[in-house]
Amino acid sequence: MGHDTAEWVFVAVVIAILVYVGADSWYTEKLVEDVPADATVIKVTGQQWYWSFEHPNGTKEISTLHLKVNHAYKFEIYSRDVMHSFNIPDWVVFEDAVPGHVNHAWFAPNQVGTYPIQCREYCGLLHYNMRGTLVVEPDSKT
Amino acid sequence: MVLELQKPRPVWQIMFSTHHTDVGYLYLVFGITFLFMGGVLAMIIRTHLFFPGQGVLISDSATFNRIFTVHGLTMLFLFALPVANGIGNILVPIMVRYKDMAYPKLNAIAFWMNPVGAALLWLGFSDTTWVSYAPYSVIRAPGPAADMFIFGMKILGISSILSSINFVVTVIKCKHPDMPLRRVPLFAWSMLTVSLMTIVAMPTYAAALIMMLTDRLGISGFFNPWAGGDPIAYLHLFWFTFHPEVYIFLLPAIGMMYEIIPRFSRKPLYSQASGVFAFVMLGIVGFASWGHHMYSTGMDFTTKVVFMIGTLAAVPASGMHVFNFLATMWGGRIRFSAPMKFSVGGIALFFSAGAGGVLNSAMPLDFITHGTYWVVGHMHLFLIGTIGFGFVGMIYYMFPYITGRMYSEKLASAHFVLMFWGTVQTFFTQHILGLMGMPRRVYDYPTSFTSWTILNQISTVGAWLIGASFVIFLASLIYFSAKGKPANMDDPWGIGGKYYYPVAAKNPHGGHSGY
Ligand code: HEM
Ligand SMILES: [Cu+2]
Ligand SMILES: [Cu+2]
Repeated sequence: MGHDTAEWVFVAVVIAILVYVGADSWYTEKLVEDVPADATVIKVTGQQWYWSFEHPNGTKEISTLHLKVNHAYKFEIYSRDVMHSFNIPDWVVFEDAVPGHVNHAWFAPNQVGTYPIQCREYCGLLHYNMRGTLVVEPDSKT
Repeated sequence: MVLELQKPRPVWQIMFSTHHTDVGYLYLVFGITFLFMGGVLAMIIRTHLFFPGQGVLISDSATFNRIFTVHGLTMLFLFALPVANGIGNILVPIMVRYKDMAYPKLNAIAFWMNPVGAALLWLGFSDTTWVSYAPYSVIRAPGPAADMFIFGMKILGISSILSSINFVVTVIKCKHPDMPLRRVPLFAWSMLTVSLMTIVAMPTYAAALIMMLTDRLGISGFFNPWAGGDPIAYLHLFWFTFHPEVYIFLLPAIGMMYEIIPRFSRKPLYSQASGVFAFVMLGIVGFASWGHHMYSTGMDFTTKVVFMIGTLAAVPASGMHVFNFLATMWGGRIRFSAPMKFSVGGIALFFSAGAGGVLNSAMPLDFITHGTYWVVGHMHLFLIGTIGFGFVGMIYYMFPYITGRMYSEKLASAHFVLMFWGTVQTFFTQHILGLMGMPRRVYDYPTSFTSWTILNQISTVGAWLIGASFVIFLASLIYFSAKGKPANMDDPWGIGGKYYYPVAAKNPHGGHSGY
């Protein structure tokens, strides 16, 4: 029986790795949560079993969201019934839609294209099919 | 009766017995039965997902949702907890050198609540998912399934509190006066730790279930935003119980490895003190991390950081177990019989699962993995990879002890190879699927995503291998308990030393005389 040096070294190495992981993710998360002040606000509403979107000028879209490339967007995420989770996997946009709460996520797409939108929190019967499309379009003004 | 073959007794004598070994057998038979029932559901799920867009085996998502819910509930509450309790019942009193559990009648009552809870879960076949988040479970989940789920879990929760009280009193109050607590074998320590954790954690979930029930009845609105409540409150109550609960599932398996590894390494354990310390440490720090399941619910930055630190703080304790195992094996004359194979395989998977867990707990990475197949892979590396391997190893280890006969080492090797290979193939692949964004709990996925299809098919084939390995297991258990060669009860594996603890389990019914 011995609590000898090898074990202390091992525990120290584990703790060092954990401290590194913790510090790095603290730093990264801080950057990620820093929303640019000029971001355009898009309202996102989840309900069984589709997403709807509202642009600042009042334009509404269902399931398909059209955005311009090289702009920052901030999503205000609502739910009308149960919990959902708004997710654009290719842009790591991910936040739960919780009834009674307003949640936020933001991104600034820098590549034109179409990307899947999906729900990542179980919400009942057609959860698997609560999918949509993000269309990132070229900016006509530039 | 499969058990007790040397001196057969009528089944009812075992069923109405309050002796700790009998109650232990009941728990074991119950748990192993549900392992196979839950396993069949898993095979259906994985086979279904092999064929996207075709509705193979399951033709509607309502049924699919019910199947994965009951699969999860079964494996956690009708397999993992009962098997731990079963082996605990048989061994803990022997390890602390007492004649029985502290409260034998309470022990039998706690067991017999399990079939009632199981019946409610299986007859209800709820679609709430095992976490049953509000407000879905309050405003949308169809009854009576969801209500039967609530009552079933309620009963299982009470049973688990009762059996925990019994273990705590047995170890602390009934242990032999000559044996200081720190000398109590580590498996008994693991049961003591998880029992204390259950007593602290479980009442919170019990309260949450009652609140969910009254919410469903429309009497209250705790979790219902349209009645002034907040679904996030449910998540906190749930995870306050169930993050500690994942360690409650885990630690008995670690305790079993502590039984097996020194014996088959033919060396004394590297450090008893370090094992005890790691159990107690995990039992305490495990309560500081439940929020890592809720990063994306709109938690503020500081709260996320606090829960991340709490989660990472629990990791060194798990690492200490791995170190202890490796240091014990180091330089030992290892005999890789089935119990040892499963223990060592379990440690390897435990290590990789822990590494994946650390990545999950890093907040920015969790936004990639949460709600995806990554999490499914993560938890199964623990639940099958560590707990499943630990339990199976221990069941092989106790096989001669219970039946007086020997299993076939060749078939056990085949079981091990298939199960290890299958586990790696199934659940490592699911980690990759998660990184590619595939959500969990989906009935179907778009056929146009060909890489999802391929990875799902790889994962399904792995699951079939695991299924095949368990067919071998079941056949072995049944066949060799009746027809196996009589075991050398002093030393079934020829590893030297005594097979079991010096104090025999004296069963007043005279059946199994212990050893
Ligand atoms: C090194 C120790 C561990 C760490 C750092 C860890 C970390 C995590 C994290 C951060 C999550 C959240 C993932 C997400 O939903 O985004 C998670 C989920 C989960 N973990 Fe672990 N974990 C550890 C050990 C365990 C053990 C020992 C078990 C079970 C025996 C376990 C079972 C689970 C389960 C079941 C979930 C998913 C729950 C659900 O949403 O259905 N984990 N783990
Ligand atoms: Cu959903
Ligand atoms: Cu957790």
